Amino acid sequence: MTFCAQIHVTLKPSVFDPQGATVVRALGTLGFDEVADVRVGKYLEVRLTAHDEATARQRVSGMCETLLTNPVIERYEFTLAQEEA
Amino acid sequence: MRFAVVVFPGSNCDEDALRAIKSVLNEPVDLIWHQTASLEGYDAVIIPGGFAYGDYLRAGAIARFAPVITEVKRLAQAGHPVLGICNGFQVLTEAGLLPGALLPNNHLQFRCDIVGLRVETTRTPFTADYRAGQQIRLPIAHAQGSYFADDAALQELREHDQIVFRYLGGNPNGSVDNIAGIVNRQRNVLGMMPHPERAIHLLLGSSDGAPIFTSLLRSWKEAVYA
Repeated sequence: MTFCAQIHVTLKPSVFDPQGATVVRALGTLGFDEVADVRVGKYLEVRLTAHDEATARQRVSGMCETLLTNPVIERYEFTLAQEEA
Repeated sequence: MRFAVVVFPGSNCDEDALRAIKSVLNEPVDLIWHQTASLEGYDAVIIPGGFAYGDYLRAGAIARFAPVITEVKRLAQAGHPVLGICNGFQVLTEAGLLPGALLPNNHLQFRCDIVGLRVETTRTPFTADYRAGQQIRLPIAHAQGSYFADDAALQELREHDQIVFRYLGGNPNGSVDNIAGIVNRQRNVLGMMPHPERAIHLLLGSSDGAPIFTSLLRSWKEAVYA
């Protein structure tokens, strides 16, 4: 089975995000005063094959924890969708 | 004392490190390609500055899976000195040889400058030839040098005298507690954002980096940290 994992990586809440802070200021100068906070993250799409969804989920978690994120500063979440063969 | 300077695709301070060893110590030193699977016979390792693997994904994220890193870990485990400079510091944190992580500078700019530092501990094989509290000047050149560690890790660093350098007279990147360099608990792995290899002669604007290298040689000869 083929799956597509859509992975979002963001900085942990305790980590200052200077890009996000800059975007908040820029939005403010454009009149979007209602913006309280922006966090800039990364988005990855990973296509993989696995026998079942549970296995795919486990493999994607493994990828996130070993390479795709640094658990010291980042956290991740992903959705998994099965694709037509 | 035989030095290995690891070279990744994207390293750009490898020649400077090589030259520093030759010029300050006149000891044998080789450039070691990252695919090398053995560091047999080397007494110390330098992971130089640059942009290993283009810093794709995160600085140091891919470099840490290079075959040579397995050997760097073995040498570190065996007590050999390992010095990570700038990108090398980022690689060492990603590889888990040092705690914490390096974040983008809090002002998002690449900062190229000569900065003031205070030597916070001389109880390492890298800083034995400084005086405790000595104020020095070293170049920096980085966009991701903001050292981060959570409160528990920071507490641990302070308790075990692992903070080696702090920025003086202004923090150039927003690092926590003005940290510019740390050692591991065993005190044989040092990561630092400033570039001692670029400050080995007054002609370069500073010679304050040279004691890092003389300290290494003297500590090795006297087997202080063996």
